[in-house]
Amino acid sequence: MTEWLTAAETAKAIAAGELKAVHVVDRYLERIRDVDRGVKAYLAIDSEGAHAAAVEVDRRRAAGERLPPLAGVPISLKDVLVTKDLPTTAGSKILEGFISPYEGTVVEKLRAAGAIILGKVNCDEFAMGSSTERSAYQQTKNPWDRTRVPGGSSGGSSASVAAGLCAASLGTDTGGSIRQPAAFCGVVGIKPTYGRVSRWGVVAFASSLDQVGPLTRTIHDAALMLEIISGFDPRDSTSLDAPVPTYTDALVGDVNGLRVGLPHEYFGDGIDADVRAALDGTIAALRDRGAITVDISLPHTHLALPAYYIVAPAEASSNLARYDGIRYGKAAQGAKDLLDLYMKSRGAGFGPEVKRRIMLGTYALRSGYYDAFYKKAQQIRTLIKRDFDKAFQHVDVILTPTTPTAAFRLGSKASPYEMYLADVFTLSCNLAGLPGLSVPCGLTSEGLPVGAQLLGKPLDEATLLRTGHVIESLVGLVGKHPGGL
Amino acid sequence: MTDVAQLLEIYEPVIGLEVHVQLATKSKAFSPSGVEFGASPNSLTDPLVLGMPGTLPVFNRAALELALKLGVATESKIRARSRFARKHYFYPDLPKGYQISQYDEPLCEDGHVDLIVPTRRSESGELLPGGGEVKRIRLERIHLEEDAGKNTHVGQFSHVDLNRAGVPLVEVVTAPEITSAEEAAEFMRALHRLVRWLEISEADMEKGQLRCDANVSVRLRGEDRLGTRTELKNINSFRFVQNAVEHEILRQMRIVDGGGRITRETRLWDADAGTSASMRSKEEANDYRYFPDPDLPPLVVDGQLMAGILRSLPELPMHRFTRYRTQHGLSPDDARTLISDRALADYFDLVCKVHPGDTSGRTIANWMLTELLGALNADGKDITDSPMFPATLSELIRLVEVGTISGKIGKEIFEESYKTGESPARIVERRGVQQISDEAALWEIVDRIVGANPKQAEEYAKGKDGLFGFFVGQVMKETKGRANPVVTSDLLHKRLGR
Repeated sequence: MTEWLTAAETAKAIAAGELKAVHVVDRYLERIRDVDRGVKAYLAIDSEGAHAAAVEVDRRRAAGERLPPLAGVPISLKDVLVTKDLPTTAGSKILEGFISPYEGTVVEKLRAAGAIILGKVNCDEFAMGSSTERSAYQQTKNPWDRTRVPGGSSGGSSASVAAGLCAASLGTDTGGSIRQPAAFCGVVGIKPTYGRVSRWGVVAFASSLDQVGPLTRTIHDAALMLEIISGFDPRDSTSLDAPVPTYTDALVGDVNGLRVGLPHEYFGDGIDADVRAALDGTIAALRDRGAITVDISLPHTHLALPAYYIVAPAEASSNLARYDGIRYGKAAQGAKDLLDLYMKSRGAGFGPEVKRRIMLGTYALRSGYYDAFYKKAQQIRTLIKRDFDKAFQHVDVILTPTTPTAAFRLGSKASPYEMYLADVFTLSCNLAGLPGLSVPCGLTSEGLPVGAQLLGKPLDEATLLRTGHVIESLVGLVGKHPGGL
Repeated sequence: MTDVAQLLEIYEPVIGLEVHVQLATKSKAFSPSGVEFGASPNSLTDPLVLGMPGTLPVFNRAALELALKLGVATESKIRARSRFARKHYFYPDLPKGYQISQYDEPLCEDGHVDLIVPTRRSESGELLPGGGEVKRIRLERIHLEEDAGKNTHVGQFSHVDLNRAGVPLVEVVTAPEITSAEEAAEFMRALHRLVRWLEISEADMEKGQLRCDANVSVRLRGEDRLGTRTELKNINSFRFVQNAVEHEILRQMRIVDGGGRITRETRLWDADAGTSASMRSKEEANDYRYFPDPDLPPLVVDGQLMAGILRSLPELPMHRFTRYRTQHGLSPDDARTLISDRALADYFDLVCKVHPGDTSGRTIANWMLTELLGALNADGKDITDSPMFPATLSELIRLVEVGTISGKIGKEIFEESYKTGESPARIVERRGVQQISDEAALWEIVDRIVGANPKQAEEYAKGKDGLFGFFVGQVMKETKGRANPVVTSDLLHKRLGR
């Protein structure tokens, strides 16, 4: 059952000669053929390329070459990461059939580390959504309960990891799009500090919020992957020029004396009882291991949602202006003139949620409204960041539920606003540019995974991983997999 | 008086210019593609220039240094932290759907460009006052931005060339205080001179490296408020700037004088037809939805960078203009010609530097502008290709100044030295053309010539002044032009008795 090995275990077994990379990759490809019909995580599969890359790993090992850390580890990529040998659609019709002429930094880094890309996985169109229901292509199911959403927007990533359709995946997180699907699918997801990971080659949603991060079966895998994809990139002007620690070294299994902040704004009404119970269990387990919990307040939390829904749509309306079907992507047929071509191509190419956000963003940036909307939202970001700065004077890490509820049913969030509320706990982290991690911390009575969210100081991913590692070992889901696939 | 002159007595034109200058960097403003004029279409592109998904801009610091040079040279206030902003509109020449520009936090503000007021004559032909004086035009701002691509319409097809897309530009925005079409053109010349002088840009208007939009309005003289303005686009030569602005001033004055109102609009200049046509009205104007570009951090200018810029700045053209006027006493026209090209001004300074004494500026300018430039122009050469070195020109001028040769002979010697490179002193010696200034020798000749022409001498004595030239000519003929004209003149007066 190689499909349930962690990325680290897979790499180790291949390096030790206990497994052939070809065997591992072919097994995953076979499983994608069988199982993904029910999960629908993959939008594009590179069987030949993945097989050939595995053959190469085996050849290198046979030739006695030193293998890179992820040699032979099969991964999936959210379809907003551009690739040269596979199409990149961002879940949108407007990019149907688009193949990028270049590859992004994180993809280059993973390839250099020996990872094998099985394919591209589904997401909400342009990463705008919390359920992957807004993909223009297909509905990805939650492997734990296929009547439920996998979360989003990185729902293809979380579902493919949870269903054993890859060893690990990369997603992107603009307002919770890694952490929320990770929580819904019972996997680990980390959104790094803004600037920790290069955005070169990542289809932009909201430039000041977007970050790439791994979704994995274990904290150890998340640490390993993060270490590989992090670091300064001269091609991204917002990239941070700071050294990358060996994140796996942080996994010491000890939280004794660690000060864990519990913001009361995240533990109020509206949290599902099972989620609360799982969090209570997590808190108790951490205390039991010597962690000190501290009640804190992040008073501007209630402003995160309105601020986010100004900043993200405003930036999105700008970032999506390039999609006109002229240089690439799908152009409408039968346009009368240039304006008609723009309107028809964009009208047919974008789905309703994307159009809604373009409209919101365009409105917010109208001449004369900038101060009232975008600028004010940026001021709120500063207030939210200050809340965190103050809190981190007293605590080392902040613990919250990742989501108010476990995975909801497909089609159950009727209004956009209901859907937006699904991200209420994850938005602040992006607005403040902080690192955030979701780690499984139990199951609901219905057998659905629950995620605990850890928020940290800028560039202190190590403490998140160290704490998450302990939570994982005490109340996590390692070794538990969804049945009936 | 024509109706134009009458209208100009009643109405005052107010002009502001927005000038785009391409910065002479090797690569684009935000990506590694090269910059080159005339390369095959779309050969200078990369994923960013094409607006591919996932691409990000990285600012080319070389463009910042060039923009800062202009900022310092125009004595602008430089922002320690400025910001790039996105300016949105849909057009195929703009692949990202937005242009990276600067909006509310530009790099430079409150600078100025000094221009030399053109010499103008009234309708009756007399010189109008102010010609040759220096006029200061204030700049509201200078900001950095990227250029768009170029659309060419061929029949029913439109071709898009993105070679120009992403080329770094500065936009220079003047205050609305240019008051005539000539002044507008002169501003363009002054800016052109300045950016070439500083090697910021080739600024070739034909290649689109220097482009101008003009905001024109008219108001009653004495009125404080500005009239409704129109924006003129597509003015791509100095002459067109003048023609387009002149045409627009007249158009507006006639409308207002006829009781009409000016519509706020953008008008496109058609140089072939010599007219402009409305392109879009204010109602149709784009809302550019400016906001700070989240892909680019604030642009920080620190003291070290500024110190480097200050060190690298040469003496500026208008400073030289003033120096040439005051120190050397040059005429505005001569000073203006000398500063039209930094190499020319440098040549002049070099001649002055090696030339003995410090009162010969005007003489040097005369020799340079008439003889040297004349010879270079005839050969189609530039001052940098001059076969005559500054020291050689100085030597020649000195020979004339001390009276070794006459000015007339000097011109012949110049020609020979220019062609052969031989030293003027050697040519003079070889050809034996030294001027005769020896009074005794010249008296002998003067005495003989007057004696041989008694009739003319008598008529001259009776008051026929014109005959003096006859005697000078005879002396020159006798000496093959070598007689010192001043001495000759003195001796002739003495010999002829008046």
